[in-house]
Amino acid sequence: MKAGLFENLRDAIAAQQACAVVTDIDGGQQCLVGFGDDVGDLSLNEAHVQKVVQMITEDVSGQIEDTSLFVRVYGPALRLIIVGAVHIAQALAPMAQLAGFNVTVIDPRDAFVRAGRLSDVAALTDWPDDGMLKLKPDARTAIVTLTHDPKLDDPALAAALRSDAFYIGSLGSKRTHAKRLERLREEGFSELDLDRIHGPVGLDIGAKTPSEIAVSILSEVVATRRRAAA
Amino acid sequence: MHDVDADPLDRLAEWRSSGKKTALATVVRTWGSSPRPVGSHLAVCEDGDFAGSVSGGCIEGSVIEAALETIASGDSARLEFGVTNDMAWEVGLACGGTVHVYVESIV
Repeated sequence: MKAGLFENLRDAIAAQQACAVVTDIDGGQQCLVGFGDDVGDLSLNEAHVQKVVQMITEDVSGQIEDTSLFVRVYGPALRLIIVGAVHIAQALAPMAQLAGFNVTVIDPRDAFVRAGRLSDVAALTDWPDDGMLKLKPDARTAIVTLTHDPKLDDPALAAALRSDAFYIGSLGSKRTHAKRLERLREEGFSELDLDRIHGPVGLDIGAKTPSEIAVSILSEVVATRRRAAA
Repeated sequence: MHDVDADPLDRLAEWRSSGKKTALATVVRTWGSSPRPVGSHLAVCEDGDFAGSVSGGCIEGSVIEAALETIASGDSARLEFGVTNDMAWEVGLACGGTVHVYVESIV
């Protein structure tokens, strides 16, 4: 790989811009697709460009069939927004970071954010609806509410439902969740909307401790993303 | 906190900025049971330092060797590994598979 192409690729990744490096693995020629002007010494025909663009959209790397062209897609990082700097967040945030997520915790309660010892995690002390407005969740974003407090969880869930977030989860017992859905229904959300919320949150692995619950939540987030792509 | 999947390119950039020669190995095709998906990177520095992985560990040594050769030659190389049942056993896989790796120097 030429140094210039590598630097462009790094810029694209830093800019959170989905792109792909296409390599002719027979000849070694390469180009960068999806960021700035295409850079490199490989020229693609129209059909191959279209295929590469499709692979970028689907976030799938691989060889283009019947060619020596290998496409390595670099998607922008997945994001996880956690509402509530509570005990579970202390475990979930670093676990999700290890799994490749950009994590942001929203909690307007300063004391919780400080007590949460989330020094390596981006934290917003906005109210959840303001925080969501800033973060603009998209189809590569997962959102988990952990506060149990309707004042904080409900506006976050409403904002989540108005976004394309690929995963929405909300901590709380079956009873808490039923009441929560009732309130959101009154706000005008349809059953189809409400079906998007995973509640009680997480895969049923019998989790008891905060870190076990974090494992179950992260597992459900990963399963939702990977199974949807399969 | 590091994203272990994004790490290799960061490390590669660090080595480059300290004036070292580098190479990048990428899984381009897998068949059967393979521990790392297509697109996985292993970054290699001329001094033998490396980051990332293209397998569960069983072919890393050979890939690093090939990477050091491409650093010396400024070239690229295609490697193919049949992961034998023995090797697969060592890395905890139930059965073998094939891994194709593309290795290129960053020049």
